Amino acid sequence: MTREEIKSRGEDEKMMDAPQINNNPKPEESFNVNYLRIYYGNLFPYTDLHKWLSYGHDGKHPGCDEYYFGRREFSFTLENDVYLRYKSFKTASSMEDAIKSSFPYKIDIGAVYSVDPDKRHAYSQTGTNVFTPVERELVFDIDITDYDDVRYCCSGADVCSKCWPLMTVAIKVIHTSLTEDFGFKHILWVFSGRRGVHCWVCDPKARRMTNEQRSAVAEYFRVYKGNENNARKVVLMGYSLHPFLARSYVDYLKGFFEGELQATQSIFSSKDKYEKILEMISDEDIQSELREKWENSAARSSLSEEAISLVRWEQLKNTLQSKKHKAPTLRMCVEEIVFTFTYPRIDLEVSKQMNHLLKAPFCVHPKTGRVCVPIDPNNCDEFDPLAVPTLPQLIEEINSGGSRMDVDDDEEDSDRSLLGKSIKFFRSSFLEPLLKSCKEEIETSYKTKIGKSKDSFSW
Amino acid sequence: MEVIRSQKRTPSNDTVSNPKIPLYLTTPPMEVRLEEFERFAIDRLRVLKGISDGLARGRNPKEMDDLVDTLWKEHMRDPDGSVMLNKDIISHFVLRLVYCRSDELKKWFLSMETALFRHRFRLQNFEAQRAIVGEFGLPYKAVTGAELEGLKERLGQVVRSLGQISPTVEAVYYKVPFEEVPDLVASRRVLIQKGYAFVAGSQLVSLVVTQFRSHISKALILTNRKWTTTIREREKDRLTPVVEALSTSYLGPDYSQSTEYAEISLKDIDQVAKSCFPLCMRHLFEKVREDHHLKHGGRMQLGLFLKGVGLKLDDALAFWRAEFTKKVGSERFDKEYAYAIRHNYGKEGKRTDYTPYACQKIISSAPGAGDHHGCPYRHFSEDNLRAALGRMGLSSRAMEDVMDKVRNKHYQLACTFTFEAVYGTSCDAGINHPNQYFEESQKILKSKTPPAPV
Repeated sequence: MTREEIKSRGEDEKMMDAPQINNNPKPEESFNVNYLRIYYGNLFPYTDLHKWLSYGHDGKHPGCDEYYFGRREFSFTLENDVYLRYKSFKTASSMEDAIKSSFPYKIDIGAVYSVDPDKRHAYSQTGTNVFTPVERELVFDIDITDYDDVRYCCSGADVCSKCWPLMTVAIKVIHTSLTEDFGFKHILWVFSGRRGVHCWVCDPKARRMTNEQRSAVAEYFRVYKGNENNARKVVLMGYSLHPFLARSYVDYLKGFFEGELQATQSIFSSKDKYEKILEMISDEDIQSELREKWENSAARSSLSEEAISLVRWEQLKNTLQSKKHKAPTLRMCVEEIVFTFTYPRIDLEVSKQMNHLLKAPFCVHPKTGRVCVPIDPNNCDEFDPLAVPTLPQLIEEINSGGSRMDVDDDEEDSDRSLLGKSIKFFRSSFLEPLLKSCKEEIETSYKTKIGKSKDSFSW
Repeated sequence: MEVIRSQKRTPSNDTVSNPKIPLYLTTPPMEVRLEEFERFAIDRLRVLKGISDGLARGRNPKEMDDLVDTLWKEHMRDPDGSVMLNKDIISHFVLRLVYCRSDELKKWFLSMETALFRHRFRLQNFEAQRAIVGEFGLPYKAVTGAELEGLKERLGQVVRSLGQISPTVEAVYYKVPFEEVPDLVASRRVLIQKGYAFVAGSQLVSLVVTQFRSHISKALILTNRKWTTTIREREKDRLTPVVEALSTSYLGPDYSQSTEYAEISLKDIDQVAKSCFPLCMRHLFEKVREDHHLKHGGRMQLGLFLKGVGLKLDDALAFWRAEFTKKVGSERFDKEYAYAIRHNYGKEGKRTDYTPYACQKIISSAPGAGDHHGCPYRHFSEDNLRAALGRMGLSSRAMEDVMDKVRNKHYQLACTFTFEAVYGTSCDAGINHPNQYFEESQKILKSKTPPAPV
């Protein structure tokens, strides 16, 4: 199918007929086009997404930029891996029509450009390079596959209740810094549908940051520098941790490392595991002293893996404490180990460029069938990736008489439906405060503008 | 700025009263002779090139101060203050014209001019620095009283985290929106709280440099517009040839086109990799053969290098496909990776013919989990680097020389030493591009092997 065909279908067809519900889906399939058709037809929150991405430019206020939403890039990935970039929609209903007619496997959200992305070629004819990104949420992408060397329960795309807490800690560390240090207020965390989380910082100041400023924030968060050819992945210099790192360490990382991580991963329990940690100590005497101790204790221990691991961690800390002054590289060694295992590993390239795409919330992951639901950063411990509703569950709910997701109609009902809670959270915790401040900003800048133009007449 | 042929006009006297570092905010209303147009530009280019080399060698800020001071005295200084100022201004504006013509050129010029400005600023006394801050009209107020007291403990933590043993804080801190000091934020050299960075008096340079950088960046875009719409055509018999020659003749080739020595085919790529690739590329090459996969950074670094050494697009596709399909299958390869390879060859997307990475870019990259790209001399641990150099056949003596350069952060020199040890000849020019390493090694090997009998 060519790009043009898809486009014209999306624009011309006004409204699809009610989708045919397949009453006998194969139970083992968690994802297919028919399901997706029903999902997009009944459940996908078009209006909420449109409200969010309009940032108060709803045409009601004279200071609005009514073309704002229309300059946003969307991209669709279709069933047969056809990948359509630079799509744009003037209104919520044209976006809805396009999605309902092509049911993309994945919808990505890009930047707001200087001109309508769909018409960029027309502008490029003029030769003055005016097609350029002007606004973009500050985004972060954290993926559990980047933690493969420090989790022993799963690898690759798999995730379980033992390794997911690494994501939870990442959310806490980054969210706290975004609010406390950078002063951001409108932050949306979203489950990526399979093995990670996405973060959207939507404050006006964040959206208007240049690539250089985005890089600066990303680098501020960079601690883990390990490439495959250096065992010491985190290097902390100086006589103290920077206040941001100190807070992250004291409030989140240390407790997590000694508690949950030891309980689930027992990172010192076997030789394979502890050798990796010994390599991080840049002093061979200490390395061999500890190794000797641990090799001897291995045979005659009746303790659980977790208990062994904890004992060894205490031994390592005590040994390092007593030899702290031996070399400056040992000064922060304990902290370095904790950071290596627990500090967020962000895919920073995604954050640095305005024109990078990121999957839209409420998409469905094609491999798991799970919906990309928002995560409440203040209660992220409770989030369970394996309990996120899947397409078959949602379809089942519809078939058994569950209602559409028009939460406005029936508050009671929405809370009980599978997706209703997520949508309600999206609205009350993120969208409403965001729109309120957007309206205020539009009002203020409008008044200033009016004020200025009055001034120019009053001389 | 008017370019005239030879009649000389005396520069107006008020330029003398301007501050020592001009901010290049407006085009100077002065006339320039054509000879000076080119000569001044070349002198400034020598300074910028020197800075570029210094940065690539990982010089610290203090060393860079000295380097900039020396370079400036050598190429730009004039006993007459007003003549020097004129030369400074003219040469800057000429190079702006030269370097506005592509994104790569713009980026290089912007980085080097910013570095030049940064170090010249640092060399000024506090009074002169304040004057420049005033000229930019920066509205920052110092933090005082209770607010400062309340922050002291954490400001002390920042100071200690930067390697100072006592938590003594400076006397003056400015409260600045964090986005105005990106470099201080990126390196965690400031306390940030609720959107504001607390910038110490000694960090004032960052504030000014950000302003300077953003001004030059915008100016380059405007200059580019003027160049493409009017200047290039109007000056096609006079300035255009000069401008076009300036960017290439003094910076060396960019290796975007392979040269006579470089044309490798798939069947002898393993042999060539072993005998002629620099360590960074050898390592990537071995990894892709071993793991049948490389992450994005590695694919870019190796892929563009291979393009530069003359691997044709079809061969490149065949090479990557042969490896990647062992891991991800041919369907995923065609879907996810083939596009990017064609993209690098300018066959997709923007259709830019991308240039291979130079050492400076590779050294400053930041390989993360699972990555193999970057500069081995900088990013490998000592043990891994020694092992790798051992496999290249370095003697223990040569290895110590290389490690010594590594410890002093002279990564390109370390690579140069490796080159000299491997091929047994000196390399006076020094290594500053992986493709240059390749070409030099090809030259040597071709001169050694007698031509094959016909």
